[in-house]
Amino acid sequence: MASVDDKQQPAGETHAEDGVRRRDFLNIAAVSVAGVGGAVVLLPLLNQMNPSADVLALSSIEVDLSPIEEGQAIKTVWRKQPVFIKHLTAREIAEVETIDVSGLRDPQTFEERTLEGHRNWYISLAVCTHLGCIPLGSAEGENKGEYDGFFCPCHGSHYDAVGRIMKGPAPENLAVPEYEFTSDTTVTIG
Amino acid sequence: MSFPWAEQYTPKNPFMKWMDERLPLPRLVYNSVGAGYPVPRNLNYWWNFGVLAGLFLVIQIITGIVLAMHYSSDTSVAFWTVEHIMRDVNSGWLMRYLHANGASFFFIVIYIHIFRGLYFGSYKAPREMIWLLGMVIFLLMMATAFMGYVLPWGQMSYWAAQVITGLFEAIPLVGTPIKQWLLGGFAPDNSTLNRFFSLHYLLPFVIAGVVILHIWALHIPGSSNPTGVDVKGPQDTVPFHPYYTAKDGFGVGVVLILLTIMVFFLPNFLGHPDNYIEANPLQTPAHIVPEWYFWPFYAILRAFTVDFILPAKLWGVIAMFASILILFFLPWLDKSPVRSGRYRPQFKIWWWVLLADIAILGYLGGAPAEEPYVMFSQAASIYYFAHFLIVLPIISRTERPRPLPNSITEAVLGKDESGSPELPGGTAEPVAAE
Repeated sequence: MASVDDKQQPAGETHAEDGVRRRDFLNIAAVSVAGVGGAVVLLPLLNQMNPSADVLALSSIEVDLSPIEEGQAIKTVWRKQPVFIKHLTAREIAEVETIDVSGLRDPQTFEERTLEGHRNWYISLAVCTHLGCIPLGSAEGENKGEYDGFFCPCHGSHYDAVGRIMKGPAPENLAVPEYEFTSDTTVTIG
Repeated sequence: MSFPWAEQYTPKNPFMKWMDERLPLPRLVYNSVGAGYPVPRNLNYWWNFGVLAGLFLVIQIITGIVLAMHYSSDTSVAFWTVEHIMRDVNSGWLMRYLHANGASFFFIVIYIHIFRGLYFGSYKAPREMIWLLGMVIFLLMMATAFMGYVLPWGQMSYWAAQVITGLFEAIPLVGTPIKQWLLGGFAPDNSTLNRFFSLHYLLPFVIAGVVILHIWALHIPGSSNPTGVDVKGPQDTVPFHPYYTAKDGFGVGVVLILLTIMVFFLPNFLGHPDNYIEANPLQTPAHIVPEWYFWPFYAILRAFTVDFILPAKLWGVIAMFASILILFFLPWLDKSPVRSGRYRPQFKIWWWVLLADIAILGYLGGAPAEEPYVMFSQAASIYYFAHFLIVLPIISRTERPRPLPNSITEAVLGKDESGSPELPGGTAEPVAAE
């Protein structure tokens, strides 16, 4: 490349004292502009694969809790992901309160897992934090695991009744989404 | 396959040496579009359009792959997935407008590239194969563009599919079965849309393959040049890189500015509003025309209005296909040994007449099918065929060309001091580099 330039360059023209030619500057400037332009074009090309506006618009749902009896749990769908909504019994609450939080892999108290004034409702994603399967334990007769909560059949993670990881490969507790009670029997998730 | 004085690829970096012995891909690039490809020193900006065509093939493939991630070719949702792309997908509007306007730019660039070849005689020996492969690419592009236009499943999409497949119905005996085979039904429907989507995704890669053959065939004799005189020695050429990478780079910058102006400020200028209405098999839009780049051929199709031995419809279809096929025979219709139109005073005039004729056909193809447009279409169609079948063969015999320069260097500098003897290009003995 350079040798070609030298060959074609009439002797002495634009050669500065320090050996840097005007053409070197133009070369670097032109290639830089093209490079920056090309890199900027990558942004929309990559961004187009992010969730689109219609997907993000599904990010909040309202659930009527009145049909859920104490001791029952349901699975609903939020952002195309399953969500547990569980009506805790007094026995389950008493049970999880006895667990020593400091010994847990992902230490969270019962109070942190539920909302003030609605302690008998447990809501979390039904997505195992190991590799994304749906844990069992919400429907009647399903394996609730060794801690009387949830059990993931894929790789054997055991969660307690408020979704805290007790045993098995999952690294974290089941994720609790943002939610609020709009009345005593309706909850808005997301 | 290159001139003997081409610069040799000599990797200095140890990794590049290691690579060169195992997979000499950098060597291929160096010899194709690098310093290893000597190119006539006198190429003007009309020679930018091959690279620009390659650029638009790449833009179309990249934006097309993006659109295919969000599009669905089911007739019940196809139209709405295009709206989804326009409204919901991040930068979806940008991708779609780039793809739609990119198609138009691809054709603008290709038409200029073809007319460059026509003016400078790029189709003549020893470059006939480059021309033939180019025509194959042109045909594939037309098929791809047509099927792409059907995908949004708007009114123009639907009726384009109906009308174009209807052309095949003109074929005697087997016409109707062929149309039904193409559509997978009696009218455009789900099966049609699905196969068009499949083929619209496939054909660009077939085009890319033929482009490789086109460039391969080009690199055997090397690029032609505005004088049409063969390269005679190293003084007639410069290395592709940096000379023509820089010159092409400038052209790429200019054309991308024009493309972005269209995409950002006039995105629907070349489209039809009716295509934002979902396909309706029970209602034809009042004025249906193809995309602008098909207009000249569409005018020829509609020029036949009277049955003459065969039905008028069949004549129109034959003429339209013949208008493209005739270009395949061009290297053997124009027998003048002088390549460049610069040195052919009569040819030059007729080249302008052909350009005007095709522009007029283009205008008429976009006009309604009524008088006086039909009459003009008939006259312009007659000239189109006469140009190739009568004018070119005659002037290639009768015309007295102007004297050619002795060499490219002489044409550029007014003198050629290398003193190289008259040798046919490509086989010249290597002359010691300066």
